Amino acid sequence: MIAETVTLAADARPPSPSGEEHATIVLEAQHITKELGRGAGKVRALKGVSLSLRAGELTLLMGPSGSGKTTLLSILGCILTPSEGSLVVAGHSTAGLTPEQLANLRRQHIGFIFQSYNLFPTLTAEENVRVALDVRGKRGSEAVVAAQRALHRVGLRHKLKSYPGNMSGGEQQRVAVARALAGSPSVMLADEPTAALDSENGLAVMQLLSEIAKDKSRAVLAVTHDPRTVPFANRVLRIEDGVIVGEERRTEGVETIHELARNRKRKANA
Amino acid sequence: MTFTLAFRNLFHDRVRLTVTLVGILFSIVLVAIQLGLYLGARSMIISMIDRAHGDLWVMAYGTKNFEEAQPINARDRYAALATPGVADAIPIIASFTDWRKPTGGSTLVVVIGTDNEDGGLAPWNVVEGDVTGLGARDAVMIDKTYLNELGVKKIGDTAEVGASRVRVSGLTDGIRSFTVTPYVFTTISRARALIDMPADKITYALVRLQPGADVESVRSAIQAKVPDGEVLTTAEFRTRSLNHWLFATGAGVALIGGAVLGLLVGTVIVAQTLYSSTKDHLNEFATLRALGSSSGYIHRVILMQAALSAVLGYALGMTIAMAVVYLSEHTALPIIMTPGLAALLLALTVGMCAISALSAIGKVMRIDPAMVFNR
Repeated sequence: MIAETVTLAADARPPSPSGEEHATIVLEAQHITKELGRGAGKVRALKGVSLSLRAGELTLLMGPSGSGKTTLLSILGCILTPSEGSLVVAGHSTAGLTPEQLANLRRQHIGFIFQSYNLFPTLTAEENVRVALDVRGKRGSEAVVAAQRALHRVGLRHKLKSYPGNMSGGEQQRVAVARALAGSPSVMLADEPTAALDSENGLAVMQLLSEIAKDKSRAVLAVTHDPRTVPFANRVLRIEDGVIVGEERRTEGVETIHELARNRKRKANA
Repeated sequence: MTFTLAFRNLFHDRVRLTVTLVGILFSIVLVAIQLGLYLGARSMIISMIDRAHGDLWVMAYGTKNFEEAQPINARDRYAALATPGVADAIPIIASFTDWRKPTGGSTLVVVIGTDNEDGGLAPWNVVEGDVTGLGARDAVMIDKTYLNELGVKKIGDTAEVGASRVRVSGLTDGIRSFTVTPYVFTTISRARALIDMPADKITYALVRLQPGADVESVRSAIQAKVPDGEVLTTAEFRTRSLNHWLFATGAGVALIGGAVLGLLVGTVIVAQTLYSSTKDHLNEFATLRALGSSSGYIHRVILMQAALSAVLGYALGMTIAMAVVYLSEHTALPIIMTPGLAALLLALTVGMCAISALSAIGKVMRIDPAMVFNR
């Protein structure tokens, strides 16, 4: 299923699955280095990572624990600043930006999906989505409509008024996806989106992300160590010890959850 | 959404909300009572001065307040009367003396002698009887607050002041003394007899100026004629009395100190609960930060929480404070609540909660948004 593996393809820009040579690059990181800690405890978590995310693609970032996945995700999401290197998000360089300016960049262009969902337990599903819109200055009926539309899109039309505590893990993660989606970000970054979910819900969430990634104005990057998520990706980046050690580009197209189930059944029968 | 978030954060933990509200409530009630007592004391201290219809007071040198004045010579009154610009100089007698109850025992009272027809100082808030009734034999007027203390129950009851018999001819409501010593109104001649004051003595000469007369010029002119006395404007006499009772005796300082203490305690309690609430919701604030919210947005959520706490705590605190005010209304030491004090208390509560929010805001501003990935 994985068509090719390119080792150390940091600067490589392979064609998109659709065959378009020049799909829009919405995020580009060059030679990112990150040092964590101080003095004797200083650790180099990232060692010159370069990568780009293209619109219309779901990219997976895979690697063992401590490989620098989350640190890289934090930097790509403008939450951490790199010690060295450059980052451009939706055409905006992050160099020299203040924390407030970085927050503004996140607000305008980045959507997050977290492993533990990070929903507000005291707010309903609809309100959780509306918070993300409120932060962007979208309020009133416009925000309500947008929040409901986002929740409809993730299949939670019937859970608008439900609180996270009354929802399953899969439903909560779908609310988190709706929250990230509602702001119409250029880049969606997901941190282990399936880690806290059972197989069925995990695959459903990945299916959702792959559908979201079909939007030609948006790139999706998911950090994961879950091999079940690979069939949904257009591209898989592998990271070890703070270095991108491989890029696998899937050229046969992304499977839907139904195709995946069918293929599994076929393999089992064979 | 900032309001919704703040509201839900606040009401999510009912126990903590209760602690916060109780903290604010106690603070408000304490401050309201202390400042209400201060206002009540202030009102009692200056009530006689404010109710007197005059512009200048001629009194014994060094007089500190209305009740504790040495007598002056009645000649000083005539000297004032003979001063250009003076329309009238009304004699007033005020002196402590003993009131012997008909039931036995005695209590200290302040006898105030003034003739109603002079129009200088007359009992007000008369609820039973009439001021003109003071002209009757042995007549005195007292406040109904002090009926029990004076051992009388109603109009017509008698007691003894000095060697003379007095009869209650009228009752007032709300004329109370800061020293908790009942005022006993009567005519100037009867007052002189009750306290055994010679005919050539008075306590005050209340000077009323002619229209257009310059207060300072007249005051200087009278002062020149009464070198052993002192001439004060009404405002000066009011200030002097307040300074004496509230600050020289320390009573006012104690009341204001109690109010400040109440504010401090309230601030600490609200700060503590708001800080711990914020700490509990730190992940949510970090998520907000990761979603790209500005610092201002997060500040608004925390300040909204503080403001909600303030409004709720204020409403509860004021309800209790008003009940206390109502209960104190007919006591010797009434607590006064004015619209100004209510507004001040609201401002203090909001300010207290805003200051309390600073520690929570400081905590949130130190959040590393990357913590959202570490849960």
